[in-house]
Amino acid sequence: MTANPNTNGYLVGSNLERVLHAGHFAVTGELGPPQSADREVIGKKAAQLRGYCDAVNITDNQTAIVRMSSIGAGTLVVQEGLEPVIQMTCRDRNRLAIQSDLLGAYALGMRNLLCLSGDHQTFGNHPTSKNVFDIDSIQQIQMVADMRDECIFQCGDKMKGPEPRFFVGAASAPFADPLDFRPYRLAKKVKAGADFIQSQLIYDIEAFKVFMEKVRKLGTHEETYFLAGVGPLKSPGMARYMKNNVPGILIPDELITRMTEAGAPWAGKSKDELTKEDKKARSAAWKETGIQICIELIQQLQEIEGVAGVHIMAIEWEAAVKPIVEGAGLYPRPVVPEPTPEPA
Amino acid sequence: MIVAEQKSLDEIKSLIGSANKVLVVGCGTCVTVCFAGGSREAAIMSSSLRMSSKLDGVPRNVSDVTVQRQCEWEYLDTISKQVEEADIVLSLGCGIGVQAIAEHFPNTWVVPGLNTTFMGLPLEQGVWAERCAACGDCILGLTGGICPIARCSKSLLNGPCGGSEDGHCEIDPEIPCAWQLIYDRLSSMDKLDVLMELQAPKNWQTSRDGGPRKIIREDLRLVGEEE
Repeated sequence: MTANPNTNGYLVGSNLERVLHAGHFAVTGELGPPQSADREVIGKKAAQLRGYCDAVNITDNQTAIVRMSSIGAGTLVVQEGLEPVIQMTCRDRNRLAIQSDLLGAYALGMRNLLCLSGDHQTFGNHPTSKNVFDIDSIQQIQMVADMRDECIFQCGDKMKGPEPRFFVGAASAPFADPLDFRPYRLAKKVKAGADFIQSQLIYDIEAFKVFMEKVRKLGTHEETYFLAGVGPLKSPGMARYMKNNVPGILIPDELITRMTEAGAPWAGKSKDELTKEDKKARSAAWKETGIQICIELIQQLQEIEGVAGVHIMAIEWEAAVKPIVEGAGLYPRPVVPEPTPEPA
Repeated sequence: MIVAEQKSLDEIKSLIGSANKVLVVGCGTCVTVCFAGGSREAAIMSSSLRMSSKLDGVPRNVSDVTVQRQCEWEYLDTISKQVEEADIVLSLGCGIGVQAIAEHFPNTWVVPGLNTTFMGLPLEQGVWAERCAACGDCILGLTGGICPIARCSKSLLNGPCGGSEDGHCEIDPEIPCAWQLIYDRLSSMDKLDVLMELQAPKNWQTSRDGGPRKIIREDLRLVGEEE
């Protein structure tokens, strides 16, 4: 990786890179764009995240449901004074579209990028659509790193003018199958050029420690910044659903028990006797426990060598980020000054 | 082989419309082997159409014939008389067979009786699975003989994605994860180092993305002799 002479040793100089480079434990959040053209939604969510995250991921048609584009929403987020990490999937765009969108995104002020293959379209609201998958996430990482470091397009043509400089991120699923290959696949992403990693949700700390030990053996943690994925559980039902239905998510039974105990039996009543108010209060109790569990997970993750930060996924529950970050002792967020350009 | 399955009788009847003299043309190759359009299926189709038309009160004159290979002119020549006498041809060949008939008999209206599904193999009696996507640039040598283009839902070259669980693909528990299969095979043959290589973006020009494809083998052509 060659550093741009104008970024004082930084690859890009984004806030996220500066925080990580300075050795702070980084915090990223997630902002899901609306299923409409409503810019107000972005403003509201940004207000809940501002000051609590070093950067926020803007999802790209997450779960293959049409939403405002990550670059469009990212532009609004920049205007809101927050730093976006734009997510870019290989599902909807070929290599031409990915590169041209990234030229535009950089020109609009975006500096962080998360490369993803993307949820398959059969999960979303347009299951009859055609997918693209011209390149995969690892090839995408290499392509955008080459755009930045070699100033070339994927075809090899030299760029005529300023190159887009992104702090390049990739995803990691530590507990997906084949389990033994996961640390190696992570290493492949880093070899391809991933500067930072954001992982799938981690609830099973012991299993994660085993994974990180393998990552450290490969030395991968020294070549990238690994941000562990965390997210507050909303209810025991959500916890059970994720455990049973989402690939690569392990949730220890004791956490599910803790969530269950936080809300049952509520006010000594059976399920059928619960009033609307009871249910509301029970939900609040669950959420409080979910946030508390999330805080404890972050504290445990901070102790694991090679974990450079956390990525908090509180989708459609952005208000949870503030108490989580405060509760984990990660507020206020560090301010690392922008690099001053060296004199020419 | 090419694997296909029959369209519903309702759809076939709507494709046939009001035509009276119908010729059902089966094919003796791939679609015979996958029980979709061989001589047996052509005969059953033809009698189903006769019965159904009778019940509908619009009896049709339906007959059937099966050629050894619908996708070669010389076999189609053997049925030219029957084709020319028919108002409509219902092909029980794959999409290639249907097009061969259309191309060979410019004055004949031909409709498909099958949906051509994929190139694959029978796993057991009555079960077929896709194996090849005809990308035109075979990479099976890198993946232990298991094709991620045809068998990974995302056609990943550097798989598996995070959706691999218990050996199956996240989009359907009935679909094995191609990359789990590749991993297991390379692992059992002590060749996992192959998976550490970064596979570069694929050249899709050899696939359909380069436009309709054609192969010309000058060494085999008879053009010179004919002239």
